[in-house]
Amino acid sequence: MTPLLAATTFDVPGNVVFAVLAVFMVVAAIRVVTTRNIVHAALWLVVVLGGNAIVYLILQAEFVAMTQLLVYIGAIIVLFLFGIMLTRAPLGTSDDLDNNQRWLGAIVGVLLLLVIGFAVTRTWGDDRLDFAAYDLPVADETAGAVVELGGSGNGRTQALANSIFSDYLIPFEVVSVLLTGALIGAIVLARRD
Amino acid sequence: MLLNQFLLLAAVLFSVGVYGVIVRRNGVLVLMSVELILNAVNINLIAFSTFWGLGGQVFALFVIAVAAAEVGVGLAIVLLIYRNRRSVDIDQLDELKG
Repeated sequence: MTPLLAATTFDVPGNVVFAVLAVFMVVAAIRVVTTRNIVHAALWLVVVLGGNAIVYLILQAEFVAMTQLLVYIGAIIVLFLFGIMLTRAPLGTSDDLDNNQRWLGAIVGVLLLLVIGFAVTRTWGDDRLDFAAYDLPVADETAGAVVELGGSGNGRTQALANSIFSDYLIPFEVVSVLLTGALIGAIVLARRD
Repeated sequence: MLLNQFLLLAAVLFSVGVYGVIVRRNGVLVLMSVELILNAVNINLIAFSTFWGLGGQVFALFVIAVAAAEVGVGLAIVLLIYRNRRSVDIDQLDELKG
């Protein structure tokens, strides 16, 4: 397996950015599950979710990155903070946020990491991401005319929209029905009669 | 860039999330750990979408939508537990244990 910095189909700066980002995200994730202050856990979660958005940007998935910022940091974190306040969680440091299964949890986590890491390294250890392929114009027959994808600035987002509303239309509708059902269910559960 | 570096980052985040689900007692914190797991899966999907086409990005969007629904219903359930028991300690919810 080649060292990370020598594999430059993207470039060396991309790998440096990724390394710094990965360290930040892993540290923030560990703080989410170990901190004794519940509000701090929510704020560390913001770091992980924002780092996720930057990872999507590195992987050239702009639309998903923006959706991640809007949905997660805009809505879900606020929902978590609401939940913390409404359940009157201890706002300062408290020692009873963890149960007494820390060793069990650590063993399970490390074992899982070893198994998954071994499996992906063994299977995809040498595969490189060829980002240059996306800059080539690709003919798209589904729109009737030949559309150049990837040539303009928002070509990928166009292609994503085409693919959601053609190939994945039924799952998309099912997800919207699921969201409606979930919101109605949340209202029914949370209202007090 | 190697595909593997993204997969390994996702594996670390996934394992940390599983640790959180096992260890935390507060219901809201367990939901946060579930979010960590879902985000790790999303990194995998997006990394593979640069490899095999846009389907991965579509499924990442679906995962984000389902995660939003899950947090909404999950927090409603946690609120209901708090209202009924004055506590969100999920280790005390052991009525199903014989």
